[in-house]
Amino acid sequence: MKFGPTPWQTVGPFFGPALVAPGLDVLADSHTRGQRIFIEGQVLDGDRSPVPDALIEIWQANAVGCYDHPEDPRQDKALDPAFHGFGRAGTDKSGCFRFATIKPGPVPGVDGGLQAPHINVSLFARGLLRRLTTRIYFPYEELNASDPVLKLLPEPRRASLIVKQVAKGRFRFDILLQGDDETVFLEI
Amino acid sequence: MASLVGYQPEDEASHPPNAYPDYVSTRKRAPVHPPIRIAHTLSEITGPRLVRGASVLESLDLTRGSGGEALGERVIISGRVLDGNGRPIPNILLEIWQANAAGRYAHEEDRHDAPLDPHFSGAGCLLSDAQGRYRFVTIRPGAYPWANHYNAWRPSHIHFSVFGPGFASRLITQMYFPGDPLLALDPIFNSVSAPEARDRLIAAFDVETTIPERALGYRFDIVLRGRNATPMETSR
Ligand SMILES: [Fe+2]
Repeated sequence: MKFGPTPWQTVGPFFGPALVAPGLDVLADSHTRGQRIFIEGQVLDGDRSPVPDALIEIWQANAVGCYDHPEDPRQDKALDPAFHGFGRAGTDKSGCFRFATIKPGPVPGVDGGLQAPHINVSLFARGLLRRLTTRIYFPYEELNASDPVLKLLPEPRRASLIVKQVAKGRFRFDILLQGDDETVFLEI
Repeated sequence: MASLVGYQPEDEASHPPNAYPDYVSTRKRAPVHPPIRIAHTLSEITGPRLVRGASVLESLDLTRGSGGEALGERVIISGRVLDGNGRPIPNILLEIWQANAAGRYAHEEDRHDAPLDPHFSGAGCLLSDAQGRYRFVTIRPGAYPWANHYNAWRPSHIHFSVFGPGFASRLITQMYFPGDPLLALDPIFNSVSAPEARDRLIAAFDVETTIPERALGYRFDIVLRGRNATPMETSR
């Protein structure tokens, strides 16, 4: 057999018992440093029908912009023992999901600058043969204007990656899989 | 300045497109806009290693759930988790799930008229060892019907979810069994256009892994995305 990467295949509809468990959508506890936030949203298909069998994973830096990972070179000074940065949620029957986390700090980019605070998102579902990846950004952030990813996006589509504030500490991030105004997905 | 090692672009010839109309569920779910390529930063190079609460075993036996033995043909699945250069990756979390011997998932939405097995949950997780190896005992899953097209049946398969070293190296896939006549008819398997890439989804029967009087053995190596040879510069 010729050596090469193992191909992606769809997660299918029956991943729940293996991948989803209560509490995986809660990333922060009472010891975690940073501003507590909720991010909630709905996944919709090309007919704007809810997607009740999607899996969403998030990966984010802590409140000072440090990732809990050995390849983040700033481990020693910035790690928060009460925050690991990974969350997972399956959508419910109406396509909705919700995460309880903290707002991440800005993370270094490749060019010596800082990236705006963001959360990395993976989306899997029946009917998606591969993962979709995107990012969640926050409104009213000064760094948004210079963020290297946001800068790549045409103005009308950029808004799809910026959460809407619905109340203090509560943000909305709807994901439209298909259509003219679909969410921007990123190739990483 | 610290150096980060990015990931090579995904090998497109090895992966399915999201828009693949023969798999009917893709028609309303695959995005129409092409994804926007971004440069790798700490956000893509770091990533989750473990799922909180997952029991991290180096071996797993799914045939001995809840006080009895699962029904069906016992099989042993083993292999290695490798990077794009063929180097083993230790401590990688593998989460697996599958139908039982009758082709039924222990999932409330599975409406297939086939019996559940009280002694088989079909879900588990384990870690690759220091040499990148993993091994678990299960039963061979049955084929099951689905509504994709007339007389559609999924070939026997085991779902694998793998965290690589970083966010960019995440992989979810399905492992199939050699010689399954349903493979030729399955749009999910055939969404991978290159035959040599499809072959990598099929486990190999392995007499070395087979245990006499007990269970057939299969080998299934998982090859994750390759990394760049040279680091890129970034600010501290
Ligand atoms: Fe399946």
